[in-house]
Amino acid sequence: MADKRTTADAAVAKLADGMTIGIGGWGSRRKPMALVRALLRSPLKDLTVVSFAGPDLGMLCAAGKVRRAVFGFASLDSIPLEPYFRAARQAGAIEASEIDEGMLQWGLYAAALRLPFLPTRAGLGSDALALNPWLRTVRSPYDDSEELVAMRALDLDAALVHVHRADASGNAQLLGPDAYFDDLFCMAAKHRIVSCERVVRTEELLAGGALPTLRIHRGMVDAVVEAPRGAAFTSCEPDYPRDEAAQKAYAASAQEPGGWAAYRERFVAEGGA
Amino acid sequence: MTSADYALHEVCVVACAEAWRGDGEILASPIGVLPSVAARLAKATFAPDLLMTDGVASLVSNGVVEGWMPYRTVFDTVWSGRRHVMMGASQIDRFGNQNISCIGDHARPRAQLVGMRGAPGNTINHPTSYFIPGHSTRVFVAKVDVVCGVGYDRAAALGPGGRFHGLRRVVTNLAVLDFESPDHAMRLVSCHPSVSVADVVTATGFPLVVPEHVETTRTPTAEELRLLREVIDPQGTAARELAR
Repeated sequence: MADKRTTADAAVAKLADGMTIGIGGWGSRRKPMALVRALLRSPLKDLTVVSFAGPDLGMLCAAGKVRRAVFGFASLDSIPLEPYFRAARQAGAIEASEIDEGMLQWGLYAAALRLPFLPTRAGLGSDALALNPWLRTVRSPYDDSEELVAMRALDLDAALVHVHRADASGNAQLLGPDAYFDDLFCMAAKHRIVSCERVVRTEELLAGGALPTLRIHRGMVDAVVEAPRGAAFTSCEPDYPRDEAAQKAYAASAQEPGGWAAYRERFVAEGGA
Repeated sequence: MTSADYALHEVCVVACAEAWRGDGEILASPIGVLPSVAARLAKATFAPDLLMTDGVASLVSNGVVEGWMPYRTVFDTVWSGRRHVMMGASQIDRFGNQNISCIGDHARPRAQLVGMRGAPGNTINHPTSYFIPGHSTRVFVAKVDVVCGVGYDRAAALGPGGRFHGLRRVVTNLAVLDFESPDHAMRLVSCHPSVSVADVVTATGFPLVVPEHVETTRTPTAEELRLLREVIDPQGTAARELAR
């Protein structure tokens, strides 16, 4: 089996300007922040970010990396609004493809299954359709003839996710209460980068959790990055909770002139955690 | 506190709890502190079969984990229809169209809010209620800036696609409202104690349907007050949400 271990910066160096990048986790929960920091250090620009969004999207907006965001929300959970995302939106700095969060899942699933779309009622009657002219409806071919949203596949150039354990070949283990949609992000993407709290030997994986924790297998992964506390300051239960003080400091920085530059200098510039 | 032996937030909690009466064994999804207290009160009294999560991924009943409900299962449950959500609203109109996305032009909003989240999918798939702690003409508007939660006029225009849509009630710091009027325009059901019909009409930025007889919102029973103060919300968190 191939050894896919690499560093965050080397993994991100394989990406290109203008790519569509899906980011796993949810809100301020198990976000691949070590990989996001590598994105922030890179020269990458004009990205389309697809995310159940939290500080991942916020930081990428603050750094001017985002051309377009595909999202249902952006939140820090214990702090309801993502401050840098909010600033970018209010400055008109990004193109906002805002959809229902279930539509987002459906778009990833369609991409994973190589389908052009999947039908759903979510979005009907709301402005999720009016605001997104790239989305259309479809009529059921059966007797009901019902008109449904044809949620378009969200094909990703790359996916970034953070997991608890992985082996060197990319068999990944999720030990927390919720996998979110991380497996779908990997399946929807051409290039899949997985960071983990700890790289373990393959035979150690099952000692850490039951079979269903092995949700992402090596066929879904191209690069493995060992990144202890790689989700911080977001939560990575059961390994660690959200660092609320660090999140507060991040949110507070957005209220100060030059706040992002200072924050970036302290928490992003040096490769560190 | 009112002059009686209950507080306004306790009236609101009971009014929100009533939203889930008769729902049976479905997922009750209260968004926010006061609706969460309310759903727990409903479950502890007249709606014992409700399913509820801990806000993470566990289904919890009487303090015991009874099941697993990660987000993927939540979405499945939404689309299956076996759920009743109570959401907030930064804006809501006469037919119950709701906005939690942004204020102003969507391309460059004056104020970015949390985002539409699951509001479109929720409202088109299963029963929805709203809790609005600050009843004012800023929230109750003639036209919302972004339609996130779908209202009755838009659902009706969908034909069969709108057949699972249903808005049950809107609870505010002033009153209880619903959509049980001929064209499903918002109707005043009851005013909270010491609130007048005129107070509610003045705080609403569109014409309300006001029936001839408007009741006073049901006040908490002694047992409900005991449960709220001693068991469900001894810290009084619901009161703080109302005060904001």
